[in-house]
Amino acid sequence: MSATKKFMYVNRKAPYGTIYAWEALEVVLIGAAFEQDVSLAFIDDGVYQLTKGQDTKGLEMKNFSPTYSALGDYEVNKIYVEKESLEERGLTLDDLQHLVWEDEDDDYAEKDSIRLVSRAELADVFADQDVMFNF
Amino acid sequence: MKFTIQVNEGPYQHQATDSAYQFTKAALEKGHEIFRVFFYHDGVNNGTRLTTPPQDDRNVVNRWSELAAKHDLDLVICVAAAQRRGIVDEGEASRNGKDATNIAPGFRISGLGQLVEGAIQSERLVVFGD
Repeated sequence: MSATKKFMYVNRKAPYGTIYAWEALEVVLIGAAFEQDVSLAFIDDGVYQLTKGQDTKGLEMKNFSPTYSALGDYEVNKIYVEKESLEERGLTLDDLQHLVWEDEDDDYAEKDSIRLVSRAELADVFADQDVMFNF
Repeated sequence: MKFTIQVNEGPYQHQATDSAYQFTKAALEKGHEIFRVFFYHDGVNNGTRLTTPPQDDRNVVNRWSELAAKHDLDLVICVAAAQRRGIVDEGEASRNGKDATNIAPGFRISGLGQLVEGAIQSERLVVFGD
């Protein structure tokens, strides 16, 4: 068994209304300490998790959306967003947070974490994983 | 094969917990190894010994406890999810000033690292829930 596995966290649900999105993010943050090869995918209503300008005051719930911008610091920088899921909801990349990470092998250049992929491309990414977490 | 099982839904509300139990039991009977069963989200509610279903129904919690005793299973409840939902063992009760405990025999409370470790150590992670 190889020391490093490819971990894929699949986020499929809207950020509020259920607790799945928040508790999924908790797994990602804890899991980052285990130094695996981590990817995240946002599909279906999961794409709403990354929308910018979230305001949860009316819900009286914790707004955890700023935490996604910390993922780069945890070396979680492969974030796949499914193109079709965005389009089906009338969203574009401009509606999402701009998530970046610093590449220490490239003089700490700031690079985009989000990779916009088609459903078919994402299927190929999934096929390449060792572990799939579904939330 | 070595499995880690993740249960994401509570008992009685959702088929996921029954399916996870049946899968775990069948895998053990076939000679497979269950590295760990990890309870997350409302799945932590599988581990309260105060569960009291009508007598003509299955007792989901007791079934897990009995399976754990028979096969020396490691049943782990996520501490953060458990605290939100009121699943308490003696350690958590004393740390948080609670006057009771309700964790069922065979279960233990620990962190999400146990889930990630399970995924690393096992050949398959099987997730039950929507």
